[in-house]
Amino acid sequence: MACDKIPNREDFRCALVQKQGEEIVQKLERATVVICGVGGLGSNVAINLARAGIKKLILVDFDCVDVTNLQRQQYKASQVGEPKALALVENLKEIAPYIELEAYDEKITEENIDKFVANADVVCEAFDTPEAKSMLVNAVLEKYPQKYLVAASGMAGTDDANSIKTRKISKHFYLCGDGKSDVTQGLALLAPRVQICAAHEALTIIRIIAGLEV
Amino acid sequence: MNSNPVKINGEDVAAAGMTIAEYLASANYDTKRIAVERNLEIVPKAKYAEVVLEAGDVVEVVNFVGGG
Repeated sequence: MACDKIPNREDFRCALVQKQGEEIVQKLERATVVICGVGGLGSNVAINLARAGIKKLILVDFDCVDVTNLQRQQYKASQVGEPKALALVENLKEIAPYIELEAYDEKITEENIDKFVANADVVCEAFDTPEAKSMLVNAVLEKYPQKYLVAASGMAGTDDANSIKTRKISKHFYLCGDGKSDVTQGLALLAPRVQICAAHEALTIIRIIAGLEV
Repeated sequence: MNSNPVKINGEDVAAAGMTIAEYLASANYDTKRIAVERNLEIVPKAKYAEVVLEAGDVVEVVNFVGGG
């Protein structure tokens, strides 16, 4: 069966070192990232970090997979109706069998945020509504000023790929996106633009963990 | 032009003496969709009405838009 062909842990690590270098691999295999929202941004960030050899991901989302998500989110048609956080665990285990995963089918609020964020080295904001983004960013910056936070704003619409940027806002806070293209203004959501923004977030997280963001 | 402006999102603004809440209202920001950093530190939403902008302050108003 397919199971027999899954490379062992050593083979996985060896391959990662070959492609990413020992130093980055060593740092990633000790790091925990919480991904707040696993929709278009978060599911893509998760897959990037899992493939890169992150030690542990904490996945939080209260939503279930919908047919309208399949156009840009990393779920399968067979998973429609399943809680996203749990569906993503299944998919990540197929990609990166040795990753540690913690999944919560819950909504993050100012009151319960500690439970999800406290043990993470980096917080990834990957919500969809501006209000939820604002709540999380304010709460993390106020309660955990020493923690790294990577957020996103502005990846809707049909502008070219280069309009999406990563900006360092303050010592531990990074913002990815074009800052303006708002899906609530009736703009389209195209998978490549959402994925580009997710890739900005994932790369920034890897750079932070690798000590390349100073 | 104010000779001692506040730098807000990279631009000089004659906002010294205003509270954060006053400035945000004047610029039509929805406070439920933003985060405000003043001199690289977060300003808690509960303090918007108290914190008075001073000449030379560097302020970043991060305005979140929908999509993700």
